[in-house]
Amino acid sequence: MCGIVGLFLKNKAMAPQLGSLTAQMLTVMSDRGPDSAGFAVYGAGSAETVKLTLRIDHAARLNEAFASRFGFPADLVQRGTHVVLTIPHALEGEARLWLTEQFPGTHLVGAGTRMELYKEVGLPGDVAAQFDLPGMAGTHAIGHTRMATESSVTTDGAHPFSTGIDQCLVHNGSLSNHNAMRRTLIREGMRFETENDSEVAAAYLTWRMREGASLSGALTDCLDDLDGFYTFVVGTEGGFAVLRDPVACKPAVMAETDDYVAFGSEYRALAMLPHVEKARLFEPEPAKVYVWEH
Amino acid sequence: MPEIDLAKTSVRELNAALHALTDDSNQTLWLVRNPGGKHAIAAGLDAPVTIEVEGPVGYYCAGMNKQGTVIVHGNAGTGVAENMMSGEVWIKGDASQSAGATGRGGLLVIEGNASARCGISMKGIDIVVKGDIGAMSAFMAQAGNLVVLGGAGENLGDSIYEARLFVRGPVKSLGADCVEKELTPDDHRILKDVLARAGINGEAKPGDFRLYGSARTLYHFHVDNAGSY
Repeated sequence: MCGIVGLFLKNKAMAPQLGSLTAQMLTVMSDRGPDSAGFAVYGAGSAETVKLTLRIDHAARLNEAFASRFGFPADLVQRGTHVVLTIPHALEGEARLWLTEQFPGTHLVGAGTRMELYKEVGLPGDVAAQFDLPGMAGTHAIGHTRMATESSVTTDGAHPFSTGIDQCLVHNGSLSNHNAMRRTLIREGMRFETENDSEVAAAYLTWRMREGASLSGALTDCLDDLDGFYTFVVGTEGGFAVLRDPVACKPAVMAETDDYVAFGSEYRALAMLPHVEKARLFEPEPAKVYVWEH
Repeated sequence: MPEIDLAKTSVRELNAALHALTDDSNQTLWLVRNPGGKHAIAAGLDAPVTIEVEGPVGYYCAGMNKQGTVIVHGNAGTGVAENMMSGEVWIKGDASQSAGATGRGGLLVIEGNASARCGISMKGIDIVVKGDIGAMSAFMAQAGNLVVLGGAGENLGDSIYEARLFVRGPVKSLGADCVEKELTPDDHRILKDVLARAGINGEAKPGDFRLYGSARTLYHFHVDNAGSY
């Protein structure tokens, strides 16, 4: 099973509603994935800074330790079990290394100029509330409700997966060549946090884009290189994309208006969106890449 | 008239009440409110009654329907009217994948579009779609009529047996062993009848449609059995 939702706003005036709409969509998809949930939100940001979303023990100690190491106060926002640490771009590598050394066991959930990424075990509605998703604003968001099949119910196994700056992917389905592809990608310098097949798909896209492919081109390459069944929804700093495998095994329905593009595993996840009754409603075709960009 | 509010009553309770109906029931019209895209609404109906659903339904709505009429004022999820035996199902919005899958009889009318695999393995059902149908529709279709006022996606009628596929609009591609055929006077009469049953009496004429069916070249088909379908 698993449920996917996504919302890409064309109308910037709707930005304050992004979180509350995404939370409602995610909650409706609870039956499809009651064991864990996660979401990425593309909100405010600056080209000079990067936001590291961390799952960290001893978060209280982070503030002081950061100030004594870097000589200025940490820009920290705690939401539930996650902390968003905003740092100057130039310090990214140094700060990541420092975190690994000083706070072992810290998970870097995602990194981006605008992307924040939250995931946790539990019912989707509870997960959304725990991180205050309804209070978040932004341009686009992607969410996932998980019914674990290929690996266990853990926070690490929850989606979205992020393997590059401002990149994230959610997946409904199952890949059959992920072990071989993981080995290929490790040779190409990609790093993996889990044994999860969906993380391989995320890393594959990161690798293709690192090699110069556009978002659309990277997804087209998936059709040749990834075996199995999948519906992917992908976010980048300014983009939102959808791809289904050539047989379109896993469900997908989309609604597009002048104000937004929305994705749901089932129509009921879209039913509460403003003016959805006037939207162009369609199910993405098999093996066709759909991309929207700001 | 019984009214069921699915915000307060479970689908299981609704379906149990419907399954308890007999052929001579006086409760011939049911109203279902707040369906909220829930799955299996009015599945397994076997009584000559009408169920009106006010909103979107999820998977397998009116599945296995026998005798009943189910009208959905909204969109339908995967597998609407799957394995229908008889009766009628009307979807006022769009239908998701596998609409009318394996249906053996009755009439399924979709006023909007139907997506992939519409009429997959259909075995005698009549399906009318006023909009378009998606890829891989009528895969391994065995009997019945699929009538599409719009166009069809890729691989229409792949590995088809003996169903008739009438399509008015463009067909992106035909699947293995599916070919265009001349409409015989019999085909014409059958199409006219299905259109009339779907309440289409002028907006589309039988002459506007092209007919697709089996080339009968797949190894497991023997032409001597053609009369059995």
